[in-house]
Amino acid sequence: MSELLLPPEHRYAKIIKDRLNEDGSELSVLNLGPTHPATHGIFQNILLMDGERILEAEPTIGYIHRAFEKIAENRPFYQITPLTDRMNYCSSPINNMGWWMTLEKLLGIEVPKRVQYLRVIVMELARITDHLICNSILGVDTGAYTGFLYVFQFREKVYEIYEEICGARLTTNMGRIGGFERDWSPEAFKKINTFLEDFPVAWKEFENLFERNRIFLDRTVNVGAISAEQAMAYGFTGPNLRAAGVDYDVRVAQPYSSYEDFDFIVPVGKSGDTYDRFCVRNAEVWESLSIIRQALDKMPAGNEYHAEVPDYYLPPKEDVYNSMESLIYHFKIVMGEVPVPVAEIYHAVEGGNGELGFYLVTDGSRTPYRLHFRRPCFIYYQAYPEMIKGSLLSDAIVILSSLNVIAGELDA
Amino acid sequence: MALENTQIQDKLIETFNNDVFNFQQERDIFSLEASADTIKPLILFLKNDPELRFHFITDLCGIHYPDNETERQFAVVYHLHNWYENKRLRIKVFLNGEKPEIKSISNIFLSTNWMERETYDFYGINFIGHPQLKRILNMDEMQSFPMRKEFPMEDSGRTDKDDRFFGRTPSNC
Amino acid sequence: MSDSKVNMVAPPEGVVGEGFFATKLNDVVGLARANSLWPLPFATSCCGIEFMATMASHYDLARFGSERVSFSPRQADMLLVMGTISKKMAPILRQVYEQMSEPRWVIAVGACASSGGVFDTYSVLQGIDKVIPVDVYVPGCPPRPEQIVDGVMRLQELVKSESVRRRSSPEYQELLASYNIS
Repeated sequence: MSELLLPPEHRYAKIIKDRLNEDGSELSVLNLGPTHPATHGIFQNILLMDGERILEAEPTIGYIHRAFEKIAENRPFYQITPLTDRMNYCSSPINNMGWWMTLEKLLGIEVPKRVQYLRVIVMELARITDHLICNSILGVDTGAYTGFLYVFQFREKVYEIYEEICGARLTTNMGRIGGFERDWSPEAFKKINTFLEDFPVAWKEFENLFERNRIFLDRTVNVGAISAEQAMAYGFTGPNLRAAGVDYDVRVAQPYSSYEDFDFIVPVGKSGDTYDRFCVRNAEVWESLSIIRQALDKMPAGNEYHAEVPDYYLPPKEDVYNSMESLIYHFKIVMGEVPVPVAEIYHAVEGGNGELGFYLVTDGSRTPYRLHFRRPCFIYYQAYPEMIKGSLLSDAIVILSSLNVIAGELDA
Repeated sequence: MALENTQIQDKLIETFNNDVFNFQQERDIFSLEASADTIKPLILFLKNDPELRFHFITDLCGIHYPDNETERQFAVVYHLHNWYENKRLRIKVFLNGEKPEIKSISNIFLSTNWMERETYDFYGINFIGHPQLKRILNMDEMQSFPMRKEFPMEDSGRTDKDDRFFGRTPSNC
Repeated sequence: MSDSKVNMVAPPEGVVGEGFFATKLNDVVGLARANSLWPLPFATSCCGIEFMATMASHYDLARFGSERVSFSPRQADMLLVMGTISKKMAPILRQVYEQMSEPRWVIAVGACASSGGVFDTYSVLQGIDKVIPVDVYVPGCPPRPEQIVDGVMRLQELVKSESVRRRSSPEYQELLASYNIS
């Protein structure tokens, strides 16, 4: 069987042959993926197995390589936002906002306080949906389908809020340089308030279902543990690193969008195992809820929703049709004929999975000269073979979902 | 005490003399250029020096500058981060356009393993000493390096697009 | 819930009499097939997340007879291709399609699966109909769950009206041959 899968010169073939001579027991090769039912998303791992135990793993990625960076070199700045959506599609608004903030850093635009707070709200909502998906899917993988069906309703509620803000559900393409495309409707705030009332109850129940659940504990405690040193060496960031006990959070280390105004804790785990990752994400959801409440409370009065930057901010549609000035601006912005400084910018935001960085090199033309996305998934997924070594096959699935690897972000 | 730019600069010049140059503060990140040969000792020094402590590599990527002189046609950019002092550092290394190669740092920072593979995949930059330098995102059979500027973005096999409507024929008629 | 209204599928046209009901075999088979489509989600990216929403409690695709998500291609009727299919992935998609047993239907969900979408690049397959035949295309990037449900309902219409002999007809063989699928 293994010959069908592996070329004879593959290193696994050699290991299998050597082991056979040793004691007569037989190793086997298992091809997990890329469309294996148990892995969500398309990850291929060729596993060398001793019975149920994984001895080695060899991941192959790139199955949805879409060449984001190449496209970005051929598109004006406004047209790159839809690409960022499709990177980590579980938390698109964070990507959108990160991209706008990168451009604002490039252009030196100061964004009004109210806009920053609005951004914080939408980014934290995105973080909640991201963690919600990850944790509920982890539940599904350990056999608890109920939690998934229950909390998914609340993800729909968040999507309704997004729809109220920008019109889209999943790939939001939200915002503009300097702010939002329109002010948030009262309905949006109403929906956020309803969400803040209803969701904690459900999330508490969800937590109760898992936190001291014997089956869940057995499946997750000490499964896929990684030490802090190892995690840092492998470039972990975000909840997965914090689960290992390192309190690095971009929101705290390099606050953007006025995160310094809010009072929140950075939850950390201890052992970096699957259970700790689950708990850290759970705790982060509570922190996100608290940040949203604070942002709503502290929200400056007024209805400012964008910075006054006519060179980069698309004018309202009525003006485009009725005034010459606005039409010219509209045309220039859409065609990308706006002045852009020559610079190299790195901006990082705390994405759903860790430090999401944008490295932008401009040469003054209408498109980026080079745009590199620091995709946290891509960097930490390389630790996966190390983490599943010696564990059972079914644990490998659980570890994969607890890492929250998003295929779109992994393959760019 | 925060880590000052001048402190980094002095220390690096003291150790690496002329192999590190072009120090400047670019917006919020202090950056420098280094020669290709010195990158490995430089990164190791930055990581292990008790004062500098750049112990985390945030990002590694390539850039193609086809219009530069041959000696500077490719660049590899390293973003390092010191979490203790919260200081970022960017190192840019320019490489020869005909034979782009540089020492791999994947045994200093494990996380650069795939990042270097990705850079190889996109630009064909050879990382000497990399344990498994092969394509990662694209198919193994691919011949060219897609992120080089001369490589077309669009799928060459498309038949359903009329070039005239995309401004891609000289006469556009 | 007791107050929920259950809509029964209407019987096909036929002759009703005392204790018997006569109709065409085609219609009965079509009806049965259309209301028990087992989906095989081939989810690669964003559209897959919307499919999750479609399957979950809010939209509940199970109402249309697709309760059981079949992850094995051997036991599935309806292949839902959701998300970008890169050239690296294309042979695998083909393999999955070949493994499915007849009758099999394909829905291309989303712009990427239908035409490559915004990703007109060297690495992306410009529409899955380059490698496998497609029955229904669902537009959108990603389509809303309602659209996916609509796509499934359109497919049900197709399935209902499909002749039981279609799969052995020369036209169908020709179609498969044009994709080099035997």
